[in-house]
Amino acid sequence: MTALVELRELRKWFPVGGGLFRRKQQVKAIDGVTLDIRRGEILSLVGESGSGKTTVGRAILRLLEPTNGTIRFDGQDITHLGRAAMRPLRRRMQLVFQDPFASLNPRHTVERIVASPLAIQGESGGRERVMEALEMVGLQRHHAARYPHELSGGQRQRVGIARALILRPELLVADEPVSALDVSIQAQVVNLLLELKERLGLTILFISHDLSVVGHISDRIAVMYLGRLVEVAETRDLFRTPRHPYTEALLSAAPDPDPDARRRRIILQGDIPSPLDPPPGCAFAGRCRFALDACRAAPPPLRQVAPGHLSACIRDDIHLQSPLDEGATHVPAG
Amino acid sequence: MSLALSAPAFRRFRRHRLAAFGAATIVLLTLGCFLGPFLLPFDDTTIDVMNRFAPPLSGAHVLGTDELGRDMLARLMMGGRVSLIVGFTAMAIGMALGILVGAVAGFHGGWLGAALMRFVDAVLCFPTIFLLLALAALVSPGLLSIIILIAATSWMDVARIVEGQVKSLRERDFAVAAQVLGASDARIIVHELVPNAVAPIVVAATLNVARAILLESYVSFLGYGIQPPVPSWGNMLNNAQIYLTSAPWLAILPGLAITLAVTSFNFLGDGLRDALDPRMRAR
Repeated sequence: MTALVELRELRKWFPVGGGLFRRKQQVKAIDGVTLDIRRGEILSLVGESGSGKTTVGRAILRLLEPTNGTIRFDGQDITHLGRAAMRPLRRRMQLVFQDPFASLNPRHTVERIVASPLAIQGESGGRERVMEALEMVGLQRHHAARYPHELSGGQRQRVGIARALILRPELLVADEPVSALDVSIQAQVVNLLLELKERLGLTILFISHDLSVVGHISDRIAVMYLGRLVEVAETRDLFRTPRHPYTEALLSAAPDPDPDARRRRIILQGDIPSPLDPPPGCAFAGRCRFALDACRAAPPPLRQVAPGHLSACIRDDIHLQSPLDEGATHVPAG
Repeated sequence: MSLALSAPAFRRFRRHRLAAFGAATIVLLTLGCFLGPFLLPFDDTTIDVMNRFAPPLSGAHVLGTDELGRDMLARLMMGGRVSLIVGFTAMAIGMALGILVGAVAGFHGGWLGAALMRFVDAVLCFPTIFLLLALAALVSPGLLSIIILIAATSWMDVARIVEGQVKSLRERDFAVAAQVLGASDARIIVHELVPNAVAPIVVAATLNVARAILLESYVSFLGYGIQPPVPSWGNMLNNAQIYLTSAPWLAILPGLAITLAVTSFNFLGDGLRDALDPRMRAR
């Protein structure tokens, strides 16, 4: 399988503060991410807020200028492409937003919103293609004349998906596309994404903090913590044999649909360290129950611990618990 | 209890009635000033020496005549044309300039935005009337020059409003969506951002018409604006000064006209502000 997107040692540091007498500081939102998104897969990027997952998505779409590292899209280096050079590529990569209320212009009708990609990219076939796109996401023709405020949250998110897909992109970055929706609507939108992925041959980068959704939808999962990847694995492997203590904690925190299933929760102590001043070694060491002195010395590299399974933990000698242990019932679709 | 509940509703009702009154007055004034002179038997420049200083409602001249026997109603109508033309065109030019500066400053931010907005602050620091008079002294007076002068002193508040709106709107997801699609800055500003700032712009535009009419009157009153024999409400007032005790209607009538026009636009602006305020608009 070939990679559609290749990230190599990607960094994005945001300068903050810095006045006349204060030194300028850097927020290390992404600090050396190396990751491939394979053609045709759904790769989920999970992590708590502030881990840099949204920044990775926006860097791939070149909504921000990376500090260093490289981004390749379909083999082409797009790390520092200018706006004009990016324009023809933009039709091949699209974004679905978290908040379906903020992502649609309140002054435009659904038809105008869904047609805007055609207008911007200078394509014809307006009305018919809009109707086709609306039907593709499960909306009806009469929704075209509506304004966003006349639609429900789920319908708005469908409009956002129709706008993202009308140009038939290859890559879809879905930035927490269901976390603003009611639980009952979430499943519908997730299933719509799965169906469209099959129908259109999409590659999806699914950014989320909700492991139960992620387990259902993704082929592979990448776990982020404070701007770095800590673990990358096939969904089933990650759930069955997590190799990083942070992943273990995340998995144990995910709600279980079975009320009778009782398992040990790992309650993390303390907070995520400040990205302004990350600790010198493993960023997770301060909250990790397995941390050694060596963990605090140097940042552990992401290395292969099993075929297709990468982890950034130096401890191979620990056994981590999995939600699939102890007869727990939740099995993710792999 | 019921009184306490009805008080704000009543206030809103009254405000909207004032706005409707303002809108109706503006329509009537405009129709009167632009169609009236065709219906009137007198021309605004016709001198009738036999009928100098005729008081209102005393014969053929409904609103009386001035020191040269010119019909006051005809002069008020022609002066109203000048005032309304100045008001609307100065507003339009000021709006265009203010929206342009505000949109560019708000969208780009950085040093360009900071420089533009500090320039706006600097222009705002000048006392408007002195700036107008100083500029008027350098330019030959006339309709076009007075319009440009007033526009040049009334674009700053719009620039500030638009800058603030654009700055916050451009971070919104729908603007990012246009960016992901590869839209140009101009397209994002024109199609996505400015339409969402239309409510405060419309309110500012209405209030700016009133302001422009008032400024034109000031400047013409002081003798730098519209020059006789072309009548304007301002220079009619100027003319009336020496006859204030003997023929007070020469001052009262244009004064009333200015007051009526300015308050009408202000009421309309207030009403629009309430009507367009998203917090007042039930979904």
